Amino acid sequence: MRSGPTWFNVTSLVLGFSFLYLPIVLLVVFSFNESRLVTVWGGFSTKWYAELLHNQQLLDAFWVTLRVAFMSATLATVFGTMAALVLVRSGRFVGRSLFSGMVFAPLVMPEVILGLSLLLLFVAMDQTRGFWTVMLAHTTFAMCYVAVVVQSRLVGFDKSIEEAAEDLGCPPARTFFQITLPIIFPGVIAGWMLAFTLSLDDLVIASFTTGPGATTLPMKIYSQVRLGVTPEINAVCTILVGFVTIGVIAASLVTKRQQAQRERDERAAFGAH
Amino acid sequence: MAKKPIGPVRRSFAPWDDPEAVPFIEFKNVTKRFGDFTAVDNLSLKIYEREFFALLGGSGCGKTTMMRMLAGFETPTEGEIFLDGQSLAGVPPYRRPVNMMFQSYALFPHMNVEANIAFGLKQDNMPKDQIADRVAEMLRMTKLETFAKRKPHQLSGGQRQRVALARSLAKRPKVLLLDEPLGALDRKLREETQFELMNLQEELKVTFLIVTHDQEEAMTVADRIAVMNSGKIVQVATPGEIYESPNSLFVADFIGDVNLIEAKVQERSATGTRLKAVHGDYVIDSGQETDASVGDTVWYAIRPEKVRMSVGEATAGTPNTANALVWDIAYLGDMSIFHNKIGDTSMRSTVANVARTVEQPISWDDKVTLSWDGDAGVILTG
Amino acid sequence: MASASGNSIPKRSLGGWALIAVPYFWLFLFFLAPFFIVFKISLSQVAIAIPPYFPTFDLGLGLDNLIEDLKEFSVENYLFLTEDDLYWKSYLSSVMIAGISTFITLLVGYPIAYGMARTPKKWRPTLLMLVILPFWTSFLIRVYAWIGILKNEGLLNQLLLALGVIDEPLVILNTNIAVYIGIVYSYLPFLVLPLYASLEKLDETLLEAAEDLGCPPWLAFWKITLPLSIPGMIAGCFLVFIPAVGEFVIPDLLGGSDTLMIGKTLWVEFFNNRDWPVSSAVAVILLLILVIPIVLFQNQQQKMSERDG
Repeated sequence: MRSGPTWFNVTSLVLGFSFLYLPIVLLVVFSFNESRLVTVWGGFSTKWYAELLHNQQLLDAFWVTLRVAFMSATLATVFGTMAALVLVRSGRFVGRSLFSGMVFAPLVMPEVILGLSLLLLFVAMDQTRGFWTVMLAHTTFAMCYVAVVVQSRLVGFDKSIEEAAEDLGCPPARTFFQITLPIIFPGVIAGWMLAFTLSLDDLVIASFTTGPGATTLPMKIYSQVRLGVTPEINAVCTILVGFVTIGVIAASLVTKRQQAQRERDERAAFGAH
Repeated sequence: MAKKPIGPVRRSFAPWDDPEAVPFIEFKNVTKRFGDFTAVDNLSLKIYEREFFALLGGSGCGKTTMMRMLAGFETPTEGEIFLDGQSLAGVPPYRRPVNMMFQSYALFPHMNVEANIAFGLKQDNMPKDQIADRVAEMLRMTKLETFAKRKPHQLSGGQRQRVALARSLAKRPKVLLLDEPLGALDRKLREETQFELMNLQEELKVTFLIVTHDQEEAMTVADRIAVMNSGKIVQVATPGEIYESPNSLFVADFIGDVNLIEAKVQERSATGTRLKAVHGDYVIDSGQETDASVGDTVWYAIRPEKVRMSVGEATAGTPNTANALVWDIAYLGDMSIFHNKIGDTSMRSTVANVARTVEQPISWDDKVTLSWDGDAGVILTG
Repeated sequence: MASASGNSIPKRSLGGWALIAVPYFWLFLFFLAPFFIVFKISLSQVAIAIPPYFPTFDLGLGLDNLIEDLKEFSVENYLFLTEDDLYWKSYLSSVMIAGISTFITLLVGYPIAYGMARTPKKWRPTLLMLVILPFWTSFLIRVYAWIGILKNEGLLNQLLLALGVIDEPLVILNTNIAVYIGIVYSYLPFLVLPLYASLEKLDETLLEAAEDLGCPPWLAFWKITLPLSIPGMIAGCFLVFIPAVGEFVIPDLLGGSDTLMIGKTLWVEFFNNRDWPVSSAVAVILLLILVIPIVLFQNQQQKMSERDG
């Protein structure tokens, strides 16, 4: 009864979510604007999307970004999961607090610092900058996000399940792949998706660490945005937003269905008694 | 005919037997529905001033809803509640002269013991020095003086329980509501605290209403108990009456251990009723009259401790005796519980272990005679 | 940060060591080591060369050369930062803008988090996802979306003119107000999430207890809910404040030429002026400024997780 919606709660939620979503909705709406003037409605049209297909530079940038995001997300998921395991399971070791500091600090570190420091590292290593350096940079900061996501999954994990596996004769490495990984898998997937979108979005770190021939989509968008708002950019943004939204909603539906299935199974199992 | 008292009479306090007495709390035809679910079903109840009253029942029987309606956290769907002659309809919780001790204690984690106890007094804008006096008094009463400055998370379960009690009593409420107050304590502490609660109630002369699923707790502390089942009150009576004269199979079965013997009415007379057991070849002569007619099936409820045991076979046909075979024995230290077979049914009997050693103890597979007094059990029709 | 394995140092297999070593080494190489390089270069001098600074270390030239190089180090760049008031003004204004924005974010975010925590349980996961979803959408896009709204002939001004609230367009874009709006908008989820977590954990029987003791609901909010949500507020504010101080995209796209923020200053120094040593020095000082809130934040998180565990 007490947690029922009061008018104050409903109002604050409606206003809050309008604030969060209205700008994006407007952006999407005006990407279908016939007029070149972005803020004046001139009728419905999809011509800006058609034009995108002929913008070779934009398509190239998109392809680079996708490759970087895919590779760095995959690497970041591997390292981030390892880091999460270390944080939750490895107990004490020399330099543990340094390690957890290194995992959590990038989450709040200003991107300009991360970008600058990585660039200077690549220069010091005499590394030619381009696709690979961006990929390495993204892996580094995305793995910290993956670590946090997987860690929260691991903390809520009943350790006695692993102990039971080892008690039944399963060595630690096999226990990880047969027991732990399947249970924390939703967290790992969520971590991968987060890493993927972070890489897809990043402008600052990519600008610092990239080199000739590896311009990412956010960099391309940024250089055009600086010149002003255009319907093409609205269209690109709409595609990106749609991409991510569909991905996130699909993922949450899949988990929801899995959960519902599990609950049904459990009910059936208990009902059978 | 003067009624023989049932169970111990603690004091000459029985306003419920006085037709002139004015109830302090009255539920009048109260119904509470949550959607399709009826938690409390057209229920009426009178509780008297200075009574220690218990609402007893399993989970979901509506006892907590009753208490929350009295505290003001739920509004009755139908009916009305009166406190001290005044209707409580429309009075918000913070204006009701009742205080509640929550099951989870609900201590404010960011305030120390003192501040928790003073919280309610501050809401009444009591002068500072009076608050200090009252808090000190409550701390003394609950033996918490040395913990005044501690935060709730620095206290043990028993200490937290006492803080919650002190906080809810500090405002001197007209009624103190206790929601499963001792559920989180271990057995020993619980028993101690039950007696402390009784002493406190006698000292403060406040009406206590306790909600519990623990029948032992209810029987220990309460003057009267209301046994509840699916939103209705099944029986309201003193602990002794509830135990010795349950009015239904539900109450007999819910409170304590009981043998329920299915029997047919064989004979009715002015002096009582003769029953014939359905399973097993024995008859029961009860001094109790019954509404059931000859040939009807009834239940004879008898507590195990009222069944006597002796070795050997009984004379056939003697009323209130039955031949049995010892099937299983549970030795509990202070007493032993015997599971005896009569044909294919069983009857339990308990024997207090009054001596440390017994010459010839009754053992497994012994043939025994079970016997009981005619008024040791009650006839129930449903 | 649950130390599940207690305080003893467990015996570790080779695999156990490898598990620690790989992420440790990676973070050390790509996160920690670069800071030392930044620090080193902040002591170097700008040069028209590739890379555009000297001394560059070349261990092949022998120890003497290395010592010669070390002598070239100077704190000149740091002195430069104090001489030109652009820098300290940037730092100050960054902290100010971040602080004001954090405060506004708190004012906007608290009712949202509170409303979410008071919504019936079955709706909460959906609302939670709705808060997180914008976070998955490109930061750049979300900032960009505001340009179209805030500019002089933008949607907000069109709406206000049409409603007759104003007679001539408000100048919002390219002012600090636009920067505040951008930061509040972009970082709102960071504040709402921890705040919601601490409000949702709040035991509702505490509010019932307060009411039972004579406290009306609005007072119970001040005396119970607000104090108990302080840890969530602090965590949320740190999560907004720290990254906002070093923000680049928002002041660059929404702010004006007089909007000074250190992230933007660093960017300009690096990309436009190609002065790597000075921008390194700027980064070092920024890091030093942020170390305080970061350490405070970590401590607070540690305390919270200890208390929950």
